[in-house]
Amino acid sequence: MKITRKHKIIVYSILVLFSLYFLFPFIWALITALKSETEVFSFPPKFVPDVPLFSNFLDAWNSQPFGTYFKNSMIVTVLTTIGQLISCSLVAYGFARYDFKYKNILFILLLSTMMIPWDVTMIPLYMEFNMFGWINTLKPLIIPAFFGSAYNIFLLRQFLMNIPKDLENAARIDGANEFQIFYKIFLPIMKAPLTLIAVLNIILVWNDYLGPLIYLNDQTKYTMALGLASFQGVHELQIIPIMAMTLVMIIPPVIVFAFAQKYIVEGISGSIK
Amino acid sequence: MFTKKKKEKKFTLVRKRVPFLFILPWIIGFVVFTLGPLAFSLIMSLFDWPIAGEAKFIGLDNFNKMFTADPQFYDSLVITLKFALIFVPLNLFVALVLALLITQPIKGIKIFRTIFYLPAVVSGVAVSIIWGWMFNSEYGVLNYILSLLGIEGPNWLIDPKWAIVTIVIASAWGVGSMMLIFYTDIKGIPHEMYEAASIDGAGPIRQFVSITIPTITPTILFNVITSVIAALQQLTLVLLLTGGGPLKSTYFYGLFVYNNAFKHHELGYASANAWFMFIIILLLTLLIFKSSSAWVFYEAEVKKEKKGGKRK
Repeated sequence: MKITRKHKIIVYSILVLFSLYFLFPFIWALITALKSETEVFSFPPKFVPDVPLFSNFLDAWNSQPFGTYFKNSMIVTVLTTIGQLISCSLVAYGFARYDFKYKNILFILLLSTMMIPWDVTMIPLYMEFNMFGWINTLKPLIIPAFFGSAYNIFLLRQFLMNIPKDLENAARIDGANEFQIFYKIFLPIMKAPLTLIAVLNIILVWNDYLGPLIYLNDQTKYTMALGLASFQGVHELQIIPIMAMTLVMIIPPVIVFAFAQKYIVEGISGSIK
Repeated sequence: MFTKKKKEKKFTLVRKRVPFLFILPWIIGFVVFTLGPLAFSLIMSLFDWPIAGEAKFIGLDNFNKMFTADPQFYDSLVITLKFALIFVPLNLFVALVLALLITQPIKGIKIFRTIFYLPAVVSGVAVSIIWGWMFNSEYGVLNYILSLLGIEGPNWLIDPKWAIVTIVIASAWGVGSMMLIFYTDIKGIPHEMYEAASIDGAGPIRQFVSITIPTITPTILFNVITSVIAALQQLTLVLLLTGGGPLKSTYFYGLFVYNNAFKHHELGYASANAWFMFIIILLLTLLIFKSSSAWVFYEAEVKKEKKGGKRK
């Protein structure tokens, strides 16, 4: 395709315009977080603070138990990721590499669970977790991950379907048992889709607000999302520390995304085909 | 091919139980965390079920109340559908435009791809805090910028007419994930198709209409369904950005169900509400699927058949 100079200028200007929409709110949040109390409520708003107050971040961090929130979010994120990786790889392998009775019905069932609105299971799940004595603990946020999630299983299964069947048959002839085949042959080739699942799960779980909102009531159990939201709810006018902590909350998923962008872009194309 | 299949069958017969061991985690999870709750929710919808105290069987009274005695049900339903009607086409259109932009072979395009996707990895909590501050009618930077352009910005979060627009703008900030789905699909279209069209004298617009759009119809279908479902269930932003207000102008259906359950403690009634939404989503999805045979071209199916053929 030949690209003229005029065409280029048009494309770049549209790109820059869109970038303003996607990027400016972040920049504005950062500017706000670095302002002084008087600057933040001045009108017209100042675009560059006189002295950027980096200490705002430390003050905000110490004003609430954000260390605890951060730790809780870390625990939930790491454990759910481990749970998803183990369970989804096993289940996807079962669906992709074997023929068995009721397989198709079970797989359709699995896919259809993706359509169930969150509202429907929200109440009974709350009561169930209450019965287990899990309310106000991190368990309801962590344990279900060890039983897989439909979307992740689907993604992995699509990947595994494309591997020739001869692979495990050769290993079977060599005397490997079924679990060894999964563990020694298939797990290593699943590195890319497993990374994608880990990344998607980290972003999803770190950002989750509704789960923690329903299951946690004690401040010492709060995750970052819930802690930040409740901080904002109570101290609506303390916009500087709120913005500072919002930026802190954004950092982990952004870092993960920066490292794994390649997997996300490639993984998405694999999932829809 | 036939004998090979037979052989495989023998292998799997020997290990009849093994596949079930592999999928066991999902089966347990499905029963305990999906099927059980789903059935229980249906039962609850037939009860007057307070959070404390005895549950009482009342038959279809919850549904009766919903359809005949609760105007908020209709209000919330209308607001949510209105939101979906604005949000879904807008989101699809923007995602498609962005995807086309980032497939342009020009310098620095990867940076733009990253910028456009970035908000999609940010929590709804952060999105609502950041946009809430941007939209602030007293100190908000948005209305200041608009005033520089000679436009008097509305009272975004205070004016019932504009509150829903703020939710749309803030939700559309996460359009990056849909953009990426379109992007990978468009990138997968063989270059020769465009070259051939070019030789035949088709301009860029003609190429877009006759090649790009027909090829990506399955992806459009996928994106329509997922964004309709997401729009109908929007809750986080409403809870945090507007709280359903002002004057209940953003009292979305998700908030209606949530408040009935956890604020008014009418668990049975909320279950009935939730089941109604479930059925609406099922019907809509079915409708979209049904209509899809008229406009979706399954190139992927043809491809798969070819692939399968090769393997055999």
